Amino acid sequence: ISQQRGNVTMKFLREQVTSICPGMTSVLSPCDVTTATSHCVCVCVMSYCWCVTVLYWVCDPQMIARGKNASDLFPAVVKNVACKNIEVKKLVYVYLVRYAEEQQDLALLSISTFQRGLKDPNQLIRASALRVLSSIRVTIIVPIMMLAIKEAASDMSPYVRKTAAHAIPKLYSLDPEQKDCLIEVIEKLLADKTTLVAGSVVMAFEEVCPERIDLIHKNYRKLCNLLIDVEEWGQVVIINMLTRYARTQFLNPNMNEDKEEKEKKKTEATAIVKRKPYVMDPDHRLLLRNTKPLLQSRNAAVVMAVAQLYFHLAPKAEVGVIAKALVRLMRSHSEVQYVVLQNVATMSIKRRGMFEPYLKSFYIRSTDPTQIKVLKLEVLTNLANETNISTILREFQTYIKSNDKDFVAATIQAIGRCATNIGEVRDTCLNGLVQLLSNRDELVVAESVVVIKKLLQMQPEQHSDIIKHMAKLTDNIQVPMARASILWLIGEYCEHVPKIAPDVLRKMAKTFTNEEDIVKLQIINLAAKLYLTNSKQTKLLTQYVLNLAKYDQNYDIRDRARFIRQLIVPTDKSGALSKYAKKLFLALKPAPVLESPFKDRDHFQLGSLSHLLNAKAGGYQVLPDWPEAAPDPSVRNVEVKESVQTYPLHPPASDTASGSESGSGSEESGSGSESEESNEESESASEEDEEEEGKKKKKNVEKIKTIIPSGNLKTYELLHRITGEGLSVEYCFSRQPFSPDPHMVAVKIQFTNSATSEAKSLHVEDAKLQSGMRIKEFPEIEVLPAGETVSVVMGIDFCDSTQAANFQLCTHTRKFFVSIQPPVGELMMPIFMTENEFKKEQGQLMGMNEITEKLTLEEKCQGEHAVVQRVTTAANLSRVPCGSDKECRFAGKTVTSGSLVLVSVVTKEDGAAQLTVNCEKMVIGTMLVKDILQALTQ
Amino acid sequence: MINSLFLINPSGEMFLEKHWKSVVSRSVCDYFLEAKEKALEPEDVPPVIHTPHHYLISIYRDKLFFLSVIQTEVPPLFVIEFLHRVAEMIQDYFGECSETVVKDHMVMVYELLEEMLDNGFPLATESNVLKEMIRPPTILRSVVNTLTGTSNVGDTLLTGQLSTIPWRRAGVRYTNNEAYFDVVEEIDAILDQSGTTVFAEIQGVVEACVKLSGMPDLTLSFMNPRLLDDVSFHPCVRYKLWESERVLSFIPPDGNFTLMTYHVNAQNLVAIPVYVKQSISFFECGSDGRLDVTVGPKQTMGKTVEGVMVTVHLPKTILSINLTATQGSYTYDNGTKLLVWDIGKLNPQKLPNLRGSLSLQAGAPKPEENPSLNIDLKIQQLAISGLKVNRLDMFGEKYKPFKGVKYITKAGKFQVRT
Repeated sequence: ISQQRGNVTMKFLREQVTSICPGMTSVLSPCDVTTATSHCVCVCVMSYCWCVTVLYWVCDPQMIARGKNASDLFPAVVKNVACKNIEVKKLVYVYLVRYAEEQQDLALLSISTFQRGLKDPNQLIRASALRVLSSIRVTIIVPIMMLAIKEAASDMSPYVRKTAAHAIPKLYSLDPEQKDCLIEVIEKLLADKTTLVAGSVVMAFEEVCPERIDLIHKNYRKLCNLLIDVEEWGQVVIINMLTRYARTQFLNPNMNEDKEEKEKKKTEATAIVKRKPYVMDPDHRLLLRNTKPLLQSRNAAVVMAVAQLYFHLAPKAEVGVIAKALVRLMRSHSEVQYVVLQNVATMSIKRRGMFEPYLKSFYIRSTDPTQIKVLKLEVLTNLANETNISTILREFQTYIKSNDKDFVAATIQAIGRCATNIGEVRDTCLNGLVQLLSNRDELVVAESVVVIKKLLQMQPEQHSDIIKHMAKLTDNIQVPMARASILWLIGEYCEHVPKIAPDVLRKMAKTFTNEEDIVKLQIINLAAKLYLTNSKQTKLLTQYVLNLAKYDQNYDIRDRARFIRQLIVPTDKSGALSKYAKKLFLALKPAPVLESPFKDRDHFQLGSLSHLLNAKAGGYQVLPDWPEAAPDPSVRNVEVKESVQTYPLHPPASDTASGSESGSGSEESGSGSESEESNEESESASEEDEEEEGKKKKKNVEKIKTIIPSGNLKTYELLHRITGEGLSVEYCFSRQPFSPDPHMVAVKIQFTNSATSEAKSLHVEDAKLQSGMRIKEFPEIEVLPAGETVSVVMGIDFCDSTQAANFQLCTHTRKFFVSIQPPVGELMMPIFMTENEFKKEQGQLMGMNEITEKLTLEEKCQGEHAVVQRVTTAANLSRVPCGSDKECRFAGKTVTSGSLVLVSVVTKEDGAAQLTVNCEKMVIGTMLVKDILQALTQ
Repeated sequence: MINSLFLINPSGEMFLEKHWKSVVSRSVCDYFLEAKEKALEPEDVPPVIHTPHHYLISIYRDKLFFLSVIQTEVPPLFVIEFLHRVAEMIQDYFGECSETVVKDHMVMVYELLEEMLDNGFPLATESNVLKEMIRPPTILRSVVNTLTGTSNVGDTLLTGQLSTIPWRRAGVRYTNNEAYFDVVEEIDAILDQSGTTVFAEIQGVVEACVKLSGMPDLTLSFMNPRLLDDVSFHPCVRYKLWESERVLSFIPPDGNFTLMTYHVNAQNLVAIPVYVKQSISFFECGSDGRLDVTVGPKQTMGKTVEGVMVTVHLPKTILSINLTATQGSYTYDNGTKLLVWDIGKLNPQKLPNLRGSLSLQAGAPKPEENPSLNIDLKIQQLAISGLKVNRLDMFGEKYKPFKGVKYITKAGKFQVRT
C-alpha cells in the first residue's frame, strides 16, 4: 500500500482537502496525523479521507456549483480501485460510475480489475463487479460487458443472475444494437425458477423488448405461481406486464354484458344474437387468483398494480374486491392519496357500484391539500345517484363555506354536475346556487353564475325569475366570465324577460369600452338578438354598440361587428342570409353535458404515469384491446409437471430447495479458485478458461436440479386399474404443509379414470383408524369423466407412527378398501436451524435418543450433493448450514408432536461414513436410521 | 426507472443529488421550484410534474422535498413508495430525517442510496439487509472508526439478500430475548356542529419490536379477529394462514417493524371518547368575535384521556386574540394564525374551557366559515375497537422470550366542524 500511495504524504493530502473543501477538516481533525505512529494506519486513514473528500465533491451539488469539477481527480482515485478496504473500494466505485463518461480513456484502466472480479469465487464479489462494470457508460467496453452478462446469466448463484438481469437494460441503453443478443439472454433468464431473478428479468424485458410477448408464454404459469414470493418491486413490474399479456391472450370476461349494452343502444330487435357462452381460460383464472392476496401488501404500488389488473381483466362481478384495498390506501401519505384518487376517479365512472359503500371515506377534511380536495370532490360527484344525493348535497353545503376559494369553485361545479345527472334534485340545486349569488365573495358568485347558466339551458321557461335576478347582478359582478354568461343568458332568453333585456343592453352599451373581450363579444351578441326580437326598442342601441365595436382594438370584435351588421341590418346589398338571421341566432341550442374530466381515461393502463398525466409518456406500452378469438392456449403448456393447487407460499415450503442451492455455492467456489490463478496470463488463455468454466457450471446446474426433492416425489399405488375397474388411484406425499391442520401430513391423491364411462361421487368413507389417528377427507369429486385425471389433497394425522390408515374409497357404484402407509421419512417436516442451534439441540438429545451407525457409501453416492439428495428424498428434512464440507446436517420435526429430528452424515475417506440420528422418539429414530442407511448404501 | 434524486430544503436549496443513470442537469429542478413558488403550502405542490423532457415525482416529508427525475413510463406510486422508503431509511439510521442529519452523514446516505437502487431499479430496500451492509452509526463506533481507520461498511460478506427470508438477517444473538407488540388505534372522525358523527372509523396498526435470537417462527392470535375488516401485512406474514385460521404466522425481521395495519369493520359503531362544546361567533358590525370551547370525556371505557390538544386554523383576517384557559395553556402564532390549546389530562369533574374574544382587522368582512377544530388525544391501555391479542407462540427456538403487548388509542384525523 505504501508503495502505491508513496508520493501522497499526509501533509499534502491535508492541504488538498482544505483547499478543495474547507468544511472537510473536521473529518481529519479527530486523528491528528502527525501523532499517528503506525504508518499503516496513517495510509489507511489517508485513502479513506481521500475518497470521502472526493465523494463530497460528487454528491454535494454546491461544490459543483462553485465550479469545482471532481473529474480532475479521476486518475488518482481510480488507482484505488484495487484497494483492499471495502469502504474505500465502494467509494471508488461510486466515483467511477459517476465520472467514467467524462473520462473514458482513464476509466478503461479500471476494467481489468472488474474482469478479475467477475471470476471471483465469492458470488457477492462477482455480482458487484458486474454491477459496476455494466454501469460504466463507455462504448468501447460494450463487447466486454456483453460477454460478462452472458456468462453471469448462467452463473450458479441466483444473486449473480439477478445482477445480470439488471445489467441488460444498462447495456441496451448504451448500445441498442445489441438488442438481439440481449433478447437471447432475457429468454434464458426468463426461464429461471428463482424468485430473486424473476422481478429483475421482467424489468429488463419491459425495457428492451416489451413487444416480444411470445417469450412470456412458456413462463406465464411459473411467473403467476412465483409472484407471491417475489420482492415487492418485482411484483409491481410483473403484474403490470402480465396485465398486458392477458389482454392479448384471453377473451374479455365481460364480453356478453358489454355486447348487450351496445346492442341495446342499436336495435332491440337484434338483441338476441347467438351468444357464445363464455368460459374463462384456466390460466386467466390462475392470474386473478394468485394476485388477489397481494391486495394485502403493505406496498401501495403493489396494491395499485393488483387493482388495475382486476379492473382491466376481471369479470364485472369480481372487480369489487379492490375497492376496499384502494380505500385503505387513502389513509396513506398525501402523495399516495393523490395518485390513488386519480385512479379511483377513473374507475368510479365505469364501475360506480364498487365504491358506493365507501362514500364517506371520500368526505373532505379542511386540512386536506387543495389538490386532494378537488379529487375527492370528483369521486363524490361520480358516486352520486338518486339514493345518496341528499347526503352528498348536505356535505357539499359544508364545503361551500370553506375559506379555500378554489375548492369552493370546484364544489359549485360539482353541484352543477350532480344537478344535470340527476333530474330529481335539479331544482334544489338551482335554488341553492341562486342563494350563492348573494355571497360576498365574487369568485363564488361568478362560478355560480356559470353553472346556473348551464343548468338554465335545460329548462329556461320555468326560471325567468332567476334570469331576472341575474340581470340585476350585472351591476356588481366584475368577473368577465360571469358577466359574459349572464349576458348570454339574457340574450338567449330575452323573450322571457322582455322588459329587462333592453335595459341591460343600455347599461352595457355605456360601459362597453371598458369591458373585457369576452364580455364585449357577448354584448354584441345580446344586441343582435334583441334587434331581431325587439327592434323597436333596441335598434339605436344596437347601432351604437356595433359602431363602438367597429373601432375596437381587437380584430375579433371588429370582425364580429362587421359580420353581424351584415346579417341583421337589412340593406340593399345584403344577401339571402339575412332572411335567416333569426333562425341563425335564435336556434334552439342543445343543453351542455357536464362531463367528468376523467371520462374515458381508462384507455390508458390505470396506475401508469400516462394515465395520471392523461398523455402518453415516453416508453408507455399501449394496453391492447381484447382479442376477438382467443389465441391458442397450448403455447403456455410446459412439459415439466407442475405442483397442483398448493404452491409454496412462504419460506417453509421453499426452504429445502434454496438451502441446498446455497450450499452448493460453496462447492462451486472451490472450482473457481483454480482459474483465479491463471488470470494474470494472456487474454486468449483466460477466454479458453472461461469456456471450460462455463461447462463446469452447466454440469453443476444439472446436478442441483436433481436435488430439489419436490421434483421427484415418489408415487405409490393406492388402487390398481384392474381392481378398480378402470379407476386407478395413486398417491404421493406432497411435502407441502397441510393448511387446514398443521398436524396432518398432506397426501396428494391422483385419480385417473381409464374406463369408458365416467365415475361419479368419489369420496372417502368408513375410515378404520388406530386410536388417535385422524383423517381430513378431500372434498367429494362429483364427476370424473372418462380419460380424465384429477388430483386432490387430503390430510392424515398418523400420530407419528408408521401404522397404516385404512379407509374405503367409494364411487357411485363400488367401494374399495384401501390403506396408506407412510414411510417414516414422511412423518416429519423441515425446520430452520443455524449451525449453533443444531449443535445445542444435538447436545440435549444424547444417550438413548442418539443412534449412530457406520456405513460405506455406495459408489455413486460419494460427494456432498448425492448425500444431500438421497437423505432429503428419504426423509422430509431441511439442510442445516455447516462449516465443514465433510459433514451434512439436516433438521426437521415430527408432524404431530413436533419432536425434533436431527440427522448428520459425516463422510470419511474411501466412502466410509457415519450416520447419527438424534430424536426424542426412539422408534422414529430407529426406523429413520434404517431408511437413510438403505438410501445411502444402495 | 428512477434516474436521479434531489433533496431540496423548504427554501429551495438542493443539498444532495444522486444519479443512477447518466447525469441529469440540476436545472431540471427549476420546473419544480416554479411549482413550489406557486403553491401556498408545501403540501400543495403537485406530486407529479411534467417537463418537456423529464417527469418529476416528488414527496414532501419531514420538511424536506425528495424529488426524483423520471424519463420514461413508470407507475407513479412505485416511485412515491420508494421515496418514502428512502425517508424511512434515513429516519431509521440516524433517528430523524432532516437537512442537518443528511448533511452530517452525507457519505453514509450516499452509500445507502447506492445500495438501494441499481440503474434506477430498487435493489435492497429492507432495513435488515441494508444494516448488514452498512452499519448504522453509534457514538462508540464513530470514535473507534476515526481512531483506527476502519469504516462502517460491513466487512463480513452479507447473506441477507441471498437467503429465502430476505427480510431477516442471519445469526442474530441476544442475551435477553424479547418480543413486544404495540397495538395502536387511531380514530378518524368528522363531527358536525351539533356533535353528531358525520363519519368515523378506526384504523389500527400493530408495531412490533422483536429481538429474538436465531430463526424464531412466531404465531400471534387475537381473541376477536372477526373485528378486523381490512388488513395489510408486512411481507413476512403468511397470508394463507391468515385466510384459513385468522392467525398471524411469521418469521419476523430483526428489530422494529410494522407487522400489520388494519381497519375495523365499519358496521361497529365507533366509540367517540370526547365531546366538544363550542361556539365561535363573529359579530356583523364591529370587528370582533367570541370563542368558547369546552372539551369533556364521553365514551372512554373507564380510562383517562390524556394528551388532549385542540388545534384551530383561525381565519386570515384575525388581528389578535385574547383568551383564557381554565386548564392547560394555549399558544397562538400570529403569522400562521394557528391556535394550539394544549389541555393535557381530562378531568371529568372539572371540564377544561377556553374562552375569550377575537378581534378582526379593521374593515375586514366577517369570515363566512368558522374554523374547524382538530382534536388530538391519547388513551393508554385501551384499544378502542376492543381488539385483544390472545397469545403469542414461538416455534423453531427453544428459549423462553419475554413477551408484551401494549394498547394505545389516539386521535387520527379527528375534526369537529363548527
